[in-house]
Amino acid sequence: MEALYREAILDHYKHPRRKGHLDAPDIQYHDHNPFCGDELTIELKVEDGVVVDAAFDGRGCAISQATASMIMEEIVGLSVDELKTWDKQYILDMLGIEIGPVRLKCALLSLKVLKAGLWGLEEWPE
Amino acid sequence: MQATVNDRTTELAAQFPILQREVHGKRLVYLDNAASSQKPTAVLDVMERYYRQSNANVHRGVHTLSEEATTLYEDARVRLAGFINAPSDKQIIFTRGTTEGINLVAHTWGRANLGPGDEVLITQMEHHSNIVPWQILRDQLGFTLRYIPITPLGELDLRELDVLLNARTKLLSFVHASNVLGTVNPVPQLVQAARQVGAKVLIDGAQSVPHMPIDVQELDADFFVFSSHKMCGPTGVGVLYGKRDLLEEMPPFMGGGDMIRSVTMTESRWNTLPYKFEAGTPAIAEVIGLGAAVDFLTDVGMGWIHAHEQMLTRYAYERLSQVEGLRILGPEPEKRGGLIAFTLGDIHPHDISAVLDMDGIAIRAGHHCAQPVHDCYNIAASARASFYLYNTTEDVDLLAESLEKAHKLFG
Ligand SMILES: Cc1ncc(COP(=O)(O)O)c(C=O)c1O
Repeated sequence: MEALYREAILDHYKHPRRKGHLDAPDIQYHDHNPFCGDELTIELKVEDGVVVDAAFDGRGCAISQATASMIMEEIVGLSVDELKTWDKQYILDMLGIEIGPVRLKCALLSLKVLKAGLWGLEEWPE
Repeated sequence: MQATVNDRTTELAAQFPILQREVHGKRLVYLDNAASSQKPTAVLDVMERYYRQSNANVHRGVHTLSEEATTLYEDARVRLAGFINAPSDKQIIFTRGTTEGINLVAHTWGRANLGPGDEVLITQMEHHSNIVPWQILRDQLGFTLRYIPITPLGELDLRELDVLLNARTKLLSFVHASNVLGTVNPVPQLVQAARQVGAKVLIDGAQSVPHMPIDVQELDADFFVFSSHKMCGPTGVGVLYGKRDLLEEMPPFMGGGDMIRSVTMTESRWNTLPYKFEAGTPAIAEVIGLGAAVDFLTDVGMGWIHAHEQMLTRYAYERLSQVEGLRILGPEPEKRGGLIAFTLGDIHPHDISAVLDMDGIAIRAGHHCAQPVHDCYNIAASARASFYLYNTTEDVDLLAESLEKAHKLFG
């Protein structure tokens, strides 16, 4: 059990950081995972190419929601260019767990939403 | 009484090789039977023997192997006819499964009989396979698709049935036993109502055929469909049963080999039943495997299987009701088949399933291909434990203990 739901993940799930909405976000993106219905919105305030405020809202499994919360903890103060370099491995290292192919989608939902927002996508290309 | 039932079950479980394996160091407790059942040695052996000794195409060669393969394949059809008490094995059409059976009826009978002004009536507790084909066809043919709603308890709400089912209704298509709520629907009442307005009836037996004795003549459905993989048989095969006059009238589904009597450059003449609907090389080994599954189930006894699952479901209903935060979807045990879908506090079903998996327990988590049911309850997804002949009350106890653990972990 500890393998998948280590203490830090449960902590982020039960006490999500920066959960809610910003007043006037510069970037806002929403998406969901059609297989399990997990939903996620990420909002960012950006000044001079640097994230100065962030929030997320969503509902879903512990993995998807804890990942979003962990990202929130890291994101403020980083530049948009830097965030664009985040990849799958970065998220998996942050989570620090072994994850199977099905749950991988849960873990990567935040990254998908974040990147789409940063690149200003209208819709995620299929 | 309970002890003896579990004894027989343990003996049966020994015939399923996969149930001897471990998952995360624990005995596998397989409670995802509504998604797909496990396969007994009897089925696995028959399929292997076919490939090792008799493999050849059916209905085509006059050599020994082809004769053997054809005999095995057609023997399976006879067994299937007996299993559901079809009047003739010509009314047993092998498909790829329930989904293909429904699509076959939609594309052949549906195209020939539905148009603007007509109505097709389904229910809000259908599997997507009995919703989407009708939506696609509706968009092409312009008929109206209506739904029988469900009550908060998870039964069909039949108060408006005489409005929903009317002179325009050409087809009533409904699930025999729901794969989410467990509800076993009142077939006699529904069929009688359909007869009064002259509507045809299609019954989705995917969750009933594996678990209770079925007599298609007594049910009096025009079409009845089910899947092999949920009844101890292999994947890739299923059955469409239909009334003979309807099947005779219907145009073919797919065109190709085996389904024709003669082909010229300008036209073709269709083969007789059931071959008219079995174009191309069928899933021969799988059909033979399904025949063996039917023998296996008949030996165990469909009556016994039904009684055993009823006992397990009552036991599970009571035991799970004691788990803090657990809410069961659907009616009381007497009105349902051998499955229980539930939510646990606001823990996401994927998290529930992942915690249980660490204890070697396999359940289903998600919307179970039935989103409209979940919409009724205002939930996105649920967890589901579904039983079969090899499950015991001990399995239910392990399930409940593991759920209590999950509740503590996320609570
Ligand atoms: C009630 C019901 N109908 C239809 C199906 C579809 O069966 P299959 O996927 O074997 O075609 C299922 C199984 O998933 C089911 O539970």
